[in-house]
Amino acid sequence: MKTAKAIRVILTVAVVIVFLVLLWEGYKWMGQKTDDHWPGTNFGLPIATNDTIMPHFVDVITELNADIRDGRSTMPMYAFLLKKAWFTFQEAAIGFILGLTIGMSLAILMSRWKVSERGLLPWINVSQTIPLIALAPVVVTWGRNQGLSDLISISLISTYLTFFPVAVSGLRGLQSPDSAHVELMHSYAASWRTTLFKLRLPAARPFLFPALKLAGSLSIVGAIVGEISIGRKTGLGRAILEYALRYAIFPERLYASVIGAAFLGLLVFGMINLAERYFMRRTREVAS
Amino acid sequence: MKLKKMMRAFALLTAVTLFMTSCGSDDEASVGTGDCDSVDSVTLQLQWFAQAQFAGYYAAEDGGIYDNYCLDVTIMEGGVDIVPQQQLASGAADFAVSWVPKVLVSNEQGMNLVNVGQVFQRSGTLQVSWADSGINSPADMAGKTVGNWGWGNEFELLAGARQAGLDPATDFNLVQQGFDMLGLLEGEMDAVQAMIYNEYAQVLEAINPATGELYTADDMTVINWNDEGTAMLQDAIWADGDRLASDEAYQDITTRFVAASLEGWAHCRDHSDECVEHVLNNGSALGTSHQTWQMNEINALIWPSPDGVGMIDADQWAQTIDVVTNYGDLEAVPAEDAYTNEYAEAANDILDSKGISTTGSDWTRATVTLNEGGE
Repeated sequence: MKTAKAIRVILTVAVVIVFLVLLWEGYKWMGQKTDDHWPGTNFGLPIATNDTIMPHFVDVITELNADIRDGRSTMPMYAFLLKKAWFTFQEAAIGFILGLTIGMSLAILMSRWKVSERGLLPWINVSQTIPLIALAPVVVTWGRNQGLSDLISISLISTYLTFFPVAVSGLRGLQSPDSAHVELMHSYAASWRTTLFKLRLPAARPFLFPALKLAGSLSIVGAIVGEISIGRKTGLGRAILEYALRYAIFPERLYASVIGAAFLGLLVFGMINLAERYFMRRTREVAS
Repeated sequence: MKLKKMMRAFALLTAVTLFMTSCGSDDEASVGTGDCDSVDSVTLQLQWFAQAQFAGYYAAEDGGIYDNYCLDVTIMEGGVDIVPQQQLASGAADFAVSWVPKVLVSNEQGMNLVNVGQVFQRSGTLQVSWADSGINSPADMAGKTVGNWGWGNEFELLAGARQAGLDPATDFNLVQQGFDMLGLLEGEMDAVQAMIYNEYAQVLEAINPATGELYTADDMTVINWNDEGTAMLQDAIWADGDRLASDEAYQDITTRFVAASLEGWAHCRDHSDECVEHVLNNGSALGTSHQTWQMNEINALIWPSPDGVGMIDADQWAQTIDVVTNYGDLEAVPAEDAYTNEYAEAANDILDSKGISTTGSDWTRATVTLNEGGE
C-alpha cells in the first residue's frame, strides 16, 4: 500500500513537471513562429521567447553538467550548486532554529499574559514591514563589530523572517483549546506549566506546522537574500546574483541556479512534512 | 660522508646569508622585507566580489606581499547592500576600496575618510552604442534613449552631455539600466553605461545572432569620459581620518598597507596571468578569458602612473569635485584633507628601493581574446 502511494506521488510530480516543460517549450515554439505575437493577431506576447529570455529546457539541464570553476577546483555545475546549497542550508537551519525558539518563546509569553500580547503583538507585526535591504547592512555591520562571522549575520536575517509566522500561529494555537478543556485543567488544579505541556502545546500543533512550512521556505529566502546583500562567497544567493549579472550571456546558468534554490526549498519543506507526520501520528494514536 | 659534509656547508652558507640579510639593512629599509617582530591584523572592504578589479590586493594577500610588510590582511568582498564607506567608518573594516565621488558624498554626510592611495588614475566608465546608431560623441545622444545605472554612476554622463550642449532632462531620454547588458543586446536602449573591464567585455562574449559569431569591437562605438574631460577618479584606498590623525600605530599600518597593496598592483602589471589565477582562486564566477580581459583593462587604468603609483593628480581631483558638485549630489567642495599623498609617496620610496618601477611607463596593453561567455 505504502509503495503504491509513493509511486502515485512520484508519478503526479513527474506529470506536473512534464506539463510545465511542455507549456514552456510550446509557448516558446509559438512565439518563435509568430515573432512574439499571439497567433493571428498584432498583440505582442507578454514575455519574449528568444533564447536569452527563455532558454530551452534541455539547455538548462545540459548546463547542470557543464564544468564550473569554483576557486581552486573545477566541478560540474550540479556539484557546484550542491556545495553552495549546503552552505545556504546551514545558514537557513541556524536561522530556522533561532526563529523557532524566539517565535515560540514570544507565543508562550503572549499566551501567558494578556498584557504582553497587547504590548508585543503590534511590534511583531511592525517588524515585518522593515525591508530587508534596510536591515541587512545594520545586521552585518553590527555583527562584524561584535566579531561574529558573516554566517551568523546571514542566519540572523533568516531568523528575522522565520520567527514571525511561528510567533503569530503559535499564539493562535496556544489559545486554541476550548474553554471546557482549560476549565477541566483548572478543576484538576493543574499548574500553568502542566496546562502548557499537556493541553496548549499539543493543541497548537495543527496551527504550528503550516506556519513551520512557511517559516522553512522563508528561512531559505532569508539566507539567500542575506548572502546577496552581504556578499558572502559561499552559498546559493551569491551564485544566483553572479549569474543574474551575466544573464545576457548565460541565461541557462541563472535558471539552473534557481532550480537549485527551488530544490533546496522543496527539501526543507519535505523535512518539515516528515516532522509533522511524526508528531501528528502520535496524536492520532492517542486519540483512537 | 660526502653528503653530510655538503649538508654542513649548506647549513653554514644559509646561516651566513640569513645573518647578512638581517643585519645588512637598517630599520628604514627593512619595510617590506618580511623581517617582522610582530604581525598586524588588518581588514580590507572591497566594493564588489573577487574579480581582477581587485587583483592587486589578492596578489598581495596570496602572493605573500602583505606578509613581507608584517600584515595579516582579511579581504572582505562587497555585496549588494554593503557600502564600503559605512564598513570603514563603523570600524568593521580598517581600509576600504571605493570611488572618490561616492566617498566625498559620504564625507559630506558626516564621515571622515581619507584617500591614502589613488590606485586607478583613469575612469573605466564608458557609454556604449551599436556602430550603426550614429552615436560617436556625447552630442549624438540627442533624441536617443540613454541608459545609466544611477547611484552616482551617471555623473560623468550628465556632465559630458551638458558640456556637449545637451540638457539631460529634455534633449534625450535618460533611463535606468540593469547591471547586465540586456538594454543594449535586446535593443531597448541606444547607448548604455558599461565599465570597460566588465560589461563592455560581456558584449564581446555574446553571440551576434546576425553572424553566429561573437560580437567584435567594430560592432560598437564608445564614448570614453577620459577623452571628454568629465571623468571622475574611481578605485582608491581609503583610511579612517580620525584614526589617522590620532593613532600612530594605525599610521604605521597605513604606510605598510598602502605600500604592500601598491606592490601587489605592480606585481599584477608585470605578471598579469598570475594575478588572474589569484583572482580565480578566490572564487570568481566570471571565466578565465573575462578575468584576463579585466586584468588587462585594469592595468590600463593604473599604468602608466606618471607621478608614481597611488599618487593623486591634483587636476584630476579638482575635475572629479567639479563634476560631482555640479552634476552630482555633493553640496560643497570638500576640505583639502580628504586626500593625502603622504602614504603613496612613502610607498613609492619603498618600491623604488626594492627596484620596482612605480610609474609603469613601459607597460603596454596586451591583446586579449575573449571566449563565448568569458570562459
